[in-house]
Amino acid sequence: MEIIESGIGEMIQPPDIEDFREWNRTQKTRKLVDKRMSEQEAISRFVYDGCYIGTELYGTVRCPMSVSRELVRQGKKDLRVCGQGVLELDLWMAAGLVKKLDITYIGLEVYGTSSALRRAVESGQIEKCVEWSNASISWRMKATAMGVPFLPTRSMLGTDMVKYSSAKVIEDPFTGLKVCLLPALILDVAIIHVHRADRYGNTQIEGITGFGAEMARATKRLIISAEEIVDTDEIRKYPDHTIIPYFLVDAVVHAPFGSHPGEMAYMYGRDEPVIHEWVEASKTPEGAQAYLEKYVYGVANNQEYLELIGQERLSQLVDEREKRV
Amino acid sequence: MSDQAYSKTELMICVAARLFEDASTAFIGTGIPMLAAMLAAKTIAPNLVPVFEFGGLGAILEDLPRAVGEARTFHKGLVAAGICELMETAQRGFIDYGFLGGAQIDPYGNLNSVTIGDHDHPKARLPGSGGGNDVGSQCWRTVAIMQHDKRRFVPKVDFLTTPGYLNGYLARENAGLPAGTKPIYVVSTLALMDYDDGPGGSYRMRLAATHPGVTVQDVIDNTGFELIIPEKVRVNDPPSAEELRLLREEIDPEKFYI
Repeated sequence: MEIIESGIGEMIQPPDIEDFREWNRTQKTRKLVDKRMSEQEAISRFVYDGCYIGTELYGTVRCPMSVSRELVRQGKKDLRVCGQGVLELDLWMAAGLVKKLDITYIGLEVYGTSSALRRAVESGQIEKCVEWSNASISWRMKATAMGVPFLPTRSMLGTDMVKYSSAKVIEDPFTGLKVCLLPALILDVAIIHVHRADRYGNTQIEGITGFGAEMARATKRLIISAEEIVDTDEIRKYPDHTIIPYFLVDAVVHAPFGSHPGEMAYMYGRDEPVIHEWVEASKTPEGAQAYLEKYVYGVANNQEYLELIGQERLSQLVDEREKRV
Repeated sequence: MSDQAYSKTELMICVAARLFEDASTAFIGTGIPMLAAMLAAKTIAPNLVPVFEFGGLGAILEDLPRAVGEARTFHKGLVAAGICELMETAQRGFIDYGFLGGAQIDPYGNLNSVTIGDHDHPKARLPGSGGGNDVGSQCWRTVAIMQHDKRRFVPKVDFLTTPGYLNGYLARENAGLPAGTKPIYVVSTLALMDYDDGPGGSYRMRLAATHPGVTVQDVIDNTGFELIIPEKVRVNDPPSAEELRLLREEIDPEKFYI
């Protein structure tokens, strides 16, 4: 088939769907095994230097901040990152841990551009940025979730997005339309923060699901951090709420307020002053370092981090949560 | 009409808000488009169905969302789904409008939000496409909202992130973008622009209306390419007292943007 256009962006992780099937057959147990562990153990067992890693959802929303801080403490480096993030990826970049990016959007939304991203890319510390749109990267994960090597889309066409990605444009053999082919994206490890999970990894989310369902199905190892660990009986009462079944999951980390300073729908709101503290601090390398000293290196784990924030403040954030009406 | 003082940003938001269509579906980008959508929903488009890319559809916009995924984007919403569901909804033709921003725009309405300078050695690394490219590709009609100066209105964007008319007549169709999708307006801090997209048109940006107190020459002087100037250029209405009250008291009382 004629390839009309080929992106020149690096294929940061060439997808091998047959290998992924074999992995899922041999490396992912179907037994109900207790996968609860500390954030330290989850990071040290499943994240390694140079791995291809992704986080979900989006910076300040259901973001796996507590586990991301632990990754910084352990200094896992040369990371190849699938990047749709705000605060968590900012921390990794500020700590100098990111080498390559499949990037869609890294910014601070209401607070503007990411100083950490700018410094890391403009200095050449991040060696490669391969560009994707939000839908494209989600559909790349969906392709893996479907077990197929690519998906066609009508996004990206006609723009520099195709050129600086690793997508290809072809003519659809059925209709003659030009379509952009998105290669499946297979992560080595993914980190997803959720409302509740049981000890085996059966996972339920409230509010928007972002690309959690797709990412959970497009990774070899999956670390789930959960606000609450519930009995499996609770999961069995509402099986229709389970979006990630246990056999996809490798680690279950109990992480109350694990998205702080981000939010969890119906549980707690964003901590604007702490987010703003990062926005200001990250404008200089020294400021970013001081923030990391205070909130990341200066605490041993999520428990100590929450003590630093203080129970009174956390209770306020619970009051400010999005409420069901 | 109002004799109150107002900022350029407030006026830009008001002019953008007046472009919303009631009972339509509209993808809302982060930032100024959120304020415009909220103002529209509180004035001319009470049945607007706002769509936020990470999963929120049909929210009641009571408080300004700080991010496209946060809970305010599905507050009292009709749907809290995921990104694939909503992007696929756009790809199958259900999203009428997209409202977005960008760092640069060119005469064909193409937007850049990736890099300033060379992609591999950029002078400035911007956040990236996010959903911008998808919105500009898949929504039936897109509206760009921009600060107006020569650094932003450029002859050629450094990185073509979000498709406008690409390089003119039939370019979108030839690239394979969905037939009938197109950019329709640019709202800036100085003016409202549309496109010369009638039969035989150049598909380049055209001045439609200046903001009150802004001359055609001001717009020309702040645009880095030749803007089409028609014989008749309208003047936009200034913000009404009610629009300003809504913006300042209900939409952005914490002054994130205004």
